[in-house]
Amino acid sequence: MGVKTKKAASVKKVKNGDAELIELRLYVAGQTPKSLAALANLKKICHHHLEGRYKLHVIDLVKTPQLARGDQILAIPTLVRKLPVPIRKIIGDLSDLERVLVGLNVRENGSDK
Amino acid sequence: MATAKIKYRNGSGTLPQLQKARTGIAGFDEITRGGVPKGRPTIVCGGPGCGKTMFAVEFLVRGATQFNEPGVLLTFEETAAEMAKNVASLGFDLEDLSARKKLMMDYVHIEPAEIQETGSYDLEGLFIRLQYAVDRIGAKRVVLDTLEAVFSGFSNQGLLRAEIRRLFCWLKDRGLTTVVTAERGEGTLTRHGLEEYVSDCVIFLDHRVTDQVSTRRMRVIKYRGSSHGADEVPFLIDEQGFSVLPSTSMQLNHEASTDRISSGVKDLDEMLEGKGYFRGSSVMVSGTAGSGKSSLAAHFADQTCASGKRCLYVLFEESPAQAIRNMRSIGINLAKHVKSGLLRMVAWRPTQSGLEMHLLRIYKLAEHFKPDVVIIDPVTNLMVGNTHEVHAMLMRLIDFLKTKQITAFFTALTQGGKALEQTDVRISSLIDTWLLVRDVELNGERNRCIYVLKSRGMAHSNQVREFLMTNKGIKLIPVYVGGGTVLTGSARLGQQAREKAEEIARQQEANEQRKALEGKRKALEAKVAALQAEYAEEEGLRAQSAERERQRDEKLASDAVEMTRLRRSTQLGEGQGA
Repeated sequence: MGVKTKKAASVKKVKNGDAELIELRLYVAGQTPKSLAALANLKKICHHHLEGRYKLHVIDLVKTPQLARGDQILAIPTLVRKLPVPIRKIIGDLSDLERVLVGLNVRENGSDK
Repeated sequence: MATAKIKYRNGSGTLPQLQKARTGIAGFDEITRGGVPKGRPTIVCGGPGCGKTMFAVEFLVRGATQFNEPGVLLTFEETAAEMAKNVASLGFDLEDLSARKKLMMDYVHIEPAEIQETGSYDLEGLFIRLQYAVDRIGAKRVVLDTLEAVFSGFSNQGLLRAEIRRLFCWLKDRGLTTVVTAERGEGTLTRHGLEEYVSDCVIFLDHRVTDQVSTRRMRVIKYRGSSHGADEVPFLIDEQGFSVLPSTSMQLNHEASTDRISSGVKDLDEMLEGKGYFRGSSVMVSGTAGSGKSSLAAHFADQTCASGKRCLYVLFEESPAQAIRNMRSIGINLAKHVKSGLLRMVAWRPTQSGLEMHLLRIYKLAEHFKPDVVIIDPVTNLMVGNTHEVHAMLMRLIDFLKTKQITAFFTALTQGGKALEQTDVRISSLIDTWLLVRDVELNGERNRCIYVLKSRGMAHSNQVREFLMTNKGIKLIPVYVGGGTVLTGSARLGQQAREKAEEIARQQEANEQRKALEGKRKALEAKVAALQAEYAEEEGLRAQSAERERQRDEKLASDAVEMTRLRRSTQLGEGQGA
């Protein structure tokens, strides 16, 4: 268990070169229940719906507070979809799958074609 | 760090002293007796454009520059660059302060359109950013401008309120003196009721327009643990920042100088015990239009500067250039004093702003320029708004000038037809020396008379003098008093001429009389001589006749003798003769 720091948490799973790359950043603040829940939920979602076309950074603002400014982080946890533009932000523990998918504006792998 | 310590007491007994953090905002620290509560949040609220942000930014800038308290500026509505640009007009260089680590700016941008809420969250990100900024520069002060913007970004109001409560506790725990700005709400002080979280100090700013003149006012609504004036006080935002008009008129305890200062008119000094006004007193000249009030003011300014003192000359009717030109015609050169820096002439349109603003400007100039004399020409032009306000404001000004031992010289225009001794501004009771210039209309001309209506603390002259403007300045000459009337101008000259003519006529008459008498005497003398001559003649005649008489007597005697002799011969020769 444990939230990985930015570097360690870098998960890169790009299989399909021509598929649209989704770059995600999850901002958390220490190992709070909300942060842990968000990370667990996100991993699940990525695994089931974005497999092979996402890049994820987990940023712990307790350790790197200066990074909060760049993405205008206010709420914790916040998931930022950096790519594709426009930037989307999803706040909360990501427990509502439907809303997360709507927020990320991604089609599920299964229903792609 | 200077803080005022104020003791306060409540039902449970004596509590620790409340420390205050000086804001450095001119006048504000006076009205709150020391500034905002140290280490606690303060709300500054008001409508749009009331100056909330300016107040907050100045609080930070002054803290950083004057009290060595670095500050964090968290903006929610403007970017750091915009903010820096906006306050540059007040002379605040935020970028320089940031570079020197005296200030840290962070722009918190919330874009509701790009945010999707899923599940529970908190605003820890805000805390982290704040903590980071505070730690970076060792901040003692924090400004949140405008915190309420977060309400538009997130839908969970209950959570937001909890988070804001937590934020204020967090700020208090860290002893950060915080200013939170908030928009005024409908029926509440702030739109989202922030005041229920911040109960230590609430300041309300207002921007009001009366008679098309806007005035900014400030009120300390609440200041827990400290006494404060609950009155509305006017304030001003200009190129030097925020300034609040201090209410110094609470006490009457200014010093009274016995030094005298010349009025610049020798004859007027003469009327004032030969010495002029008291230093630090307030002098008013009232009169109708064109009665020479400004000329007296110019004389005073000239005299002040000529003696090496500083004079602030506030004009409400003429531009400085015009005043200088006009005063040249009576032989006063104000331009050289302006050049030497002893005279500062400022001219404002009376309608340019409200009375408070004018007074605040005068106040600021006086603080900055440190004059010995302040001339306001004419003070009656400050009459905007209702008389009570005007009275209160002028009282403040006079009081302020007195505490600074600045001699104040006002000219007051009285409207023709009104009682001369009643000024429109009703400040006469505040005035120490009151000169009244009045017109006397007689024989188709108007002449000016001046007299000292009152002059506290000196045995002033009770004379009415005629006020003459010559090309060598003002002269006050005694008027003609006689025959039950007071005559001035050509009437006085005419009267004088008449008197002279009468005198001459009298002299001439006397001469004639003398001559006549002389003639008479001579005539009498001649008469006497004639009589004497007559007498002498008569005497001569009498002597002659006496002689003749005597001769005749002699003759008669001789004749008788002869006759006798003849008769005798006749008797002798009787026969012969017949």
